[in-house]
Amino acid sequence: MSEMKIMLGNEAIARGAFEAGVKVSAAYPGTPSTEISENIVNYPEIYAEWSPNEKVAMEVAIGASISGVRAMASMKHVGVNVAADPLYTVAYSGVNGGLVLVAADDPGMYSSQNEQDSRCVARAAMVPVLEPSDSQEAKDFMKYAFELSEKYDTPVILRTTTRLSHSQGPVTLEERCEPVDITYERNIGKFVMMPGNAKQRHLFVEQRLKDMAEDSYHMPINRVEINDTKIGFITSGIAYQYVKEACPNASVLKLGLVHPLPRKLIEEFAAQVETLYIFEELEPVYEEQIKAWGISCIGKEIFTVQGEYSANMLRKAVLKEEVSLSAAAQVPARPPILCPGCPHRSVYSVLNKLKIHAAGDIGCYTLGAVAPLSVVDTTICMGASISTLHGMEKAKGKDYIKNWVAVIGDSTFMHTGINSLMNMVYNQGTGTVIILDNSTTGMTGHQDHAATGKTLMGAEVPIMDIPLLCKAMGIKNVVEINAFDVVGLEKLIKEEVAKDEVSVIITKSPCVLIKGLKFEHKCRPVEGKCVKCGMCLKPGCSALTKNPDGTISIDETLCNGCGLCMDFCKFEAIERVEA
Amino acid sequence: MEKQTRNIMIVGVGGQGTLLTSRILGGITTDTGYDVKLSEVHGMAQRGGSVVTFVRYGEKVAEPIVEEGQADVLIAFEMLEALRYAHFLKKDGVIVVNEQRIDPITVVTGAAEYPAEIIAGLEKEHKVFRINAMEEALKLGNSRVFNIIVLGVAARHMEFSKEAWLKVIEKTVPPKTVEMNKKAFLLGLEG
Repeated sequence: MSEMKIMLGNEAIARGAFEAGVKVSAAYPGTPSTEISENIVNYPEIYAEWSPNEKVAMEVAIGASISGVRAMASMKHVGVNVAADPLYTVAYSGVNGGLVLVAADDPGMYSSQNEQDSRCVARAAMVPVLEPSDSQEAKDFMKYAFELSEKYDTPVILRTTTRLSHSQGPVTLEERCEPVDITYERNIGKFVMMPGNAKQRHLFVEQRLKDMAEDSYHMPINRVEINDTKIGFITSGIAYQYVKEACPNASVLKLGLVHPLPRKLIEEFAAQVETLYIFEELEPVYEEQIKAWGISCIGKEIFTVQGEYSANMLRKAVLKEEVSLSAAAQVPARPPILCPGCPHRSVYSVLNKLKIHAAGDIGCYTLGAVAPLSVVDTTICMGASISTLHGMEKAKGKDYIKNWVAVIGDSTFMHTGINSLMNMVYNQGTGTVIILDNSTTGMTGHQDHAATGKTLMGAEVPIMDIPLLCKAMGIKNVVEINAFDVVGLEKLIKEEVAKDEVSVIITKSPCVLIKGLKFEHKCRPVEGKCVKCGMCLKPGCSALTKNPDGTISIDETLCNGCGLCMDFCKFEAIERVEA
Repeated sequence: MEKQTRNIMIVGVGGQGTLLTSRILGGITTDTGYDVKLSEVHGMAQRGGSVVTFVRYGEKVAEPIVEEGQADVLIAFEMLEALRYAHFLKKDGVIVVNEQRIDPITVVTGAAEYPAEIIAGLEKEHKVFRINAMEEALKLGNSRVFNIIVLGVAARHMEFSKEAWLKVIEKTVPPKTVEMNKKAFLLGLEG
């Protein structure tokens, strides 16, 4: 009997890669895609790496594919933008061994800066897209994606969403198939995309999409379920589950391949049902196409393009059921915050005191935008902190940025911060850049990178020396400082922002959530010393609570003894004791 | 086996161990032959934010989330979070709440007030079972197992046997912590 296991969607994607005989996997961590690589690394048959960014990851996978093995890259939706350059052109080149890009979208933006739909990118890049709807399909579609990739000589996108990636369901495990190892033969018409060759390949790409669309009528991943024909749905991905939950008796055309579309299948299905609904999360990707064919259907007229879908949505909008719900209680919001003992809080409390604005970046430290720290003014995308600060200076002059810094994490600096910093030096900028070096990729759950000294597969490697790297760019002012040295940091920031030169301050202190870190101290209030001034509460540490009488308590299960509250207390009313 | 799908929610503050708890729940449902789906929160929201995990089990489960008005059991690791998600309960749904207060940043900064008398308020509308699990966990000598104590209390309202629970705990938690977690679970289950 084959083994069944409960698996996270991302774990199932990794299993699918294993069973498909994948040899090489490259990725940059990003919610909701991270656990794919974290599970792939459990299969020693696969070489798996964290690349510095998604473009590099995509290119590593392309190289592996050209050499003749099955390869994949995985990333979150915004990472697909970073990887867009190689993606759009490998769509022309095609593959040798199968090539799959797993793109993880985030409807509802649980952990993202935008809500873009990767299927739009796929259409523009002329790359086919598969959409699984549960963990079992996540695994099965991965394998099918590699078959399609090799059969049609195309990279294939497997599109997942947060809800699928982070849901668990049963998966039947199968054996790993014999990995393909196709002989590499020099073929510049296919793999050197200079204009003459690319013109020929563009013709091929257009024909490939037509062929796939034609063949998709028979593809088993597009499935017609005829039940009551009063209502029919065309749907895909997790949205299919909401249809099955709310309207189990409706007829459904479940699309597994959402680009290119099985036109004949869709037309036949549409002819069989009285009212046709198109139920797809985010953009009306196939709805627009179906409408363009003159097929009458209802979609985004009643279903939103924002956020996640649900079964209740269908009960209200389609079944017109009165869903009587009790109202949610009006309660204080609980937004995510920096952890107790987080070194970012220390740096931000200094910036806040100095009334310095920060051009921000992507990471836990984005949380410095909100009260009470209120330091980060801008957050656009990975690596943008340094370049936006540079742009501000070029627009308004060097004195304008004397009360500005750029803040960027170590992993984000390795991702795309390095080139921004190079640009600042090259184009005579004068900005101050603070690299918040907590020795990990924090927000996504602690992945290694080139400056941590360890690879995804656990190899010990030389640590990329960030100060030396900055110096090699020609920056004279490169200073490392402990993130919790608030006195030294205050002095240093004042000095560096005043200079008419590029400065890099590297605040070093590990993320408190790194596994194995032990904290030897805890802070606690000193009996009778508190004057109820509330200063210790200013940095917004969640281990501290104000008591009804105005004094404070410190939750000993949360406190890591960083001592930042002690730095803020002028009355020695908090002491540090052994944990 | 119950045919009707059962809907369980685990709510709390990022870092309180909702994931471990939901995995134990997921494990027990499959061990006993149910179809199951779980939905979790990873990433930024985990950083001290409000987190919710859904567990659905039955003969055949389609959607992985529990929607408003559908939860049979709401397991809350923190009082404010119990209140935040109480409207997800069915009319005859049960709340198991840990009597712990963790102030959200909005309360720490004075922008909002932590609601008074949360449990008394919830008791007016729902069946509420409360436990000061942190206090109990400290008595056991390990504050981190408070969530398993809460799960033990919740287990009183589910149909699985004690043996099945202990077996799945053994499989799910880190090997070194098996005994401590079993003890914590039994404390919750049997009082």
